[in-house]
Amino acid sequence: MNKTRTSGRTIGGLRTLSLQAPAVSLLFLWMIVPLAMTVWFSLQRYNLLMPGMTGFAGLENYEYLFTDPALWSAMGTTLLMVSWVLVITVVGGTLLAVLFQQEFMGQGIARVLAISPFFVMPTVSALVWKNMMMHPANGVLSWVAELFGLPAVDWFSSLPLTSIVIIVAWQWLPFALLILLTAMQSLDEDQVEAARMDGAGPIAIFFFITLPHLKRAISVVIMIEMIFLLTIFAEIFVTTSGGPGLATTNLAYLIYIRALLDFDVGLASAGGVIAIILANIVAIFLVRMVAKNLES
Amino acid sequence: MATLQLKHITKSFGETDVIKGVDLEVKDREFVVFVGPSGCGKSTLMRMIAGLESATSGDILIDGQRMNEVGPADRGLAMVFQSYALYPHMTVEDNMGFSMRLAGVPKEKRREKVLEAARILELEPLLDRKPKALSGGQRQRVAIGRAIVRKPSIFLFDEPLSNLDAALRVQMRIELARLHEELDATMIYVTHDQIEAMTMADKIVVLQGGEIEQVGSPMELYHHPRNRFVAGFIGSPKMNFLPVEVVEADAKGVSVTLPGGGVSKVAVDSQGQRAGDALELGIRPEHLVLDDDQGPLTGEIQVLERLGGQTSLYVQMDDLMVTIMADGDVTHRVHDKVRFGFAPGRAHLFDAEGLALPSLEQHPLAGLRRQDSRASDAVGQ
Repeated sequence: MNKTRTSGRTIGGLRTLSLQAPAVSLLFLWMIVPLAMTVWFSLQRYNLLMPGMTGFAGLENYEYLFTDPALWSAMGTTLLMVSWVLVITVVGGTLLAVLFQQEFMGQGIARVLAISPFFVMPTVSALVWKNMMMHPANGVLSWVAELFGLPAVDWFSSLPLTSIVIIVAWQWLPFALLILLTAMQSLDEDQVEAARMDGAGPIAIFFFITLPHLKRAISVVIMIEMIFLLTIFAEIFVTTSGGPGLATTNLAYLIYIRALLDFDVGLASAGGVIAIILANIVAIFLVRMVAKNLES
Repeated sequence: MATLQLKHITKSFGETDVIKGVDLEVKDREFVVFVGPSGCGKSTLMRMIAGLESATSGDILIDGQRMNEVGPADRGLAMVFQSYALYPHMTVEDNMGFSMRLAGVPKEKRREKVLEAARILELEPLLDRKPKALSGGQRQRVAIGRAIVRKPSIFLFDEPLSNLDAALRVQMRIELARLHEELDATMIYVTHDQIEAMTMADKIVVLQGGEIEQVGSPMELYHHPRNRFVAGFIGSPKMNFLPVEVVEADAKGVSVTLPGGGVSKVAVDSQGQRAGDALELGIRPEHLVLDDDQGPLTGEIQVLERLGGQTSLYVQMDDLMVTIMADGDVTHRVHDKVRFGFAPGRAHLFDAEGLALPSLEQHPLAGLRRQDSRASDAVGQ
C-alpha cells in the first residue's frame, strides 16, 4: 500500500482529505446525531403526558414493545405490504415493459401516461383513491360493480390491507416500468433474432432471453422499492389511519402512534431503533444479492 | 445438399426501395459472398433469405421449394451474426445446444452433438464458460458452433469477421475456408471487405443501391469487371480512371489518346464507339509500370508509401491523381517527375454509362474457382 493512501488520496499532488473533510463530517453528524438521540431516548422514561416521570429506564421500553402484540402485528403487516407491492410491481412492470417495447401508434404518449402516477404525491393519490375510486357510495369501483349488478364494496373497512397494497402498487408500478423499459431497450436485437433462428417463439424468447436480460434491472427495482416501501406512511395516514384495529398499521405507523398519539417518546424511539435494525438486516441481504447480480 | 434461388426479390421500407429486383442462383456447396458498400442492401438481402425480414415481392426458393412464408427456424438455415449474438447468461454449451433444447432433444443427445461441433472448432475446453469470459475469436467460434450444431443446409454469415483484429481476421478467414471444405455445406457470406470476398468466395455478388452489379468468380470480377463500379470496388488500392478520347476503333481494339498526348491501343470490342467519343480508361495501380524512357504518361510524385516489398506512389497528373504500385526498391523521391505506362492488355475502357467495353480475350484465370486453385496447388506439390 502506498503512503498517500493513509492520509487520503492525492490527485495531481494535492491531498484531498482536507477538502473532503467538511462535507464528510457534516454528513456524518447529520446521521449520527439523530441516531444517537433516538438510541438515548429509547433508553429513557420520557412521556410527554407525564412530565414528572423521567429518568433512565434501561431496556424497559424495549421489553414493553416486544411483549406488545401490536409490534408483531405491525411487522407482519409491513412484510405483507412490502411483499405484495413488490410482486405486483415487478410482475406487472415486466409485462408492461414488454408491451410498451412493441411498436404501436401513440407509443410515446402511452409511455408518458403509464409513468405519470409516479409523479403524483402519495398523499394526493391516496386521497384520490379514497374519495374517487374506492368510495363505497360515489367511487368509480362501486359504480363498475353496480354495472354488473354486484354489491358495492366498502374497501377500507372490509379489505383494508388489500386497498393499501393496491394504492401503493399503483404508485410504484410506473417506477418498475420505467427502470425495466430502459433495460429492455438495451436488449440486443441480434440476440432475439438469433433465438428466432434457433426456433424460439415469443414465449420462449421472453423466458430465455428477455427475462435473464432484465434480471439485474429487476433486482435494482426490488432493492430501491424495498427501501421506500418499508416506510409507507402517507397512504395509511390518509386512508385507514392504521385501522380497522391494527389491520393496516405497519412499523412506521406504529412509531407514529406511539410518539404522537400516545406522546410516549421513549417507546417510539425504541420502535424506531427496532425499525432501523430491521431495515439494515434486509438491506445487507439485499445489497449482497444485488451486488452479486451486478457483478455477473 | 442445398441450392438457393432468388427470383426477382424486392424489398421496400415504406417509400424506400432497399432491394430493387434481385435474381440469383446459388449452387449446392458453393461459397457465395455478397459484397458492396454500406447501405447497398446486402445485409437486408441476407436477412430476407434467413426469414428475419419478409420480401416485398419475388420468390425465395430453397431446394426448389418456395420459402417466403416459412418461419426463420424452419428454413433449415443457420446464421452467424456480426455481433455474434451469443446468449450472455448461458454457457458455451447451452448456447450451442439452445436450438435443440427448444426442439425438445434429450440432454444426452444434445451434449453429444455439441461436443461434436466443439471438436471441429476446438472449443472443448471452453464449454462451461460464459461468453463474457471468452476472447473475440473464441466468441466467433462459438457463434459458428451454434450454427454447425443445427446441421443447416445453408450457412449465413453476416459480416462475421468485422469485430476481430486484423491478425485474427486472417486466421479466421483460413479457418472458415477449411470449415467450408470440411462441412461441405452451402455458405452465403456478407461483407464489405473485398479481401474477404476475393479470398474465400467461389462466387462474388457485387451489390450497389439494391441491385446486383455483377456476379462472378473473384478472378472474373478482377479481370473482367462489367462496369466502372465493380472495377473500382474490387482491387486494392482502387483502380485509376483516366479520361480518354477515341482515335480509332477496329476489330483488334480501340485506340485512345491519353492525358498528356500519347496514344494507346486497348484490346476491347469497340461496340460502335467512333473517333472523337469520350471514354474512361481504367487501369489498376499494380498494372502501371514506371518507365523513365518511353512511358506515355507523366506526373509528379506527391506522396510515397514504402511498404518494403512494394511502394505506393501517388502521382499528380495535371488535375487528376493516379496511384501506382511499384517495386519496393524504387529509388524515386517525393516531387520527382516520373514517366509511366501500361501493357495494353491490362487496361479497361468504360463508356459514358460506365459500362465496360468487353475484352476481346478472356483472361486465362477468369473461369477459375477456389476449388480448382486448391486442386492445382496439390498437383504442384
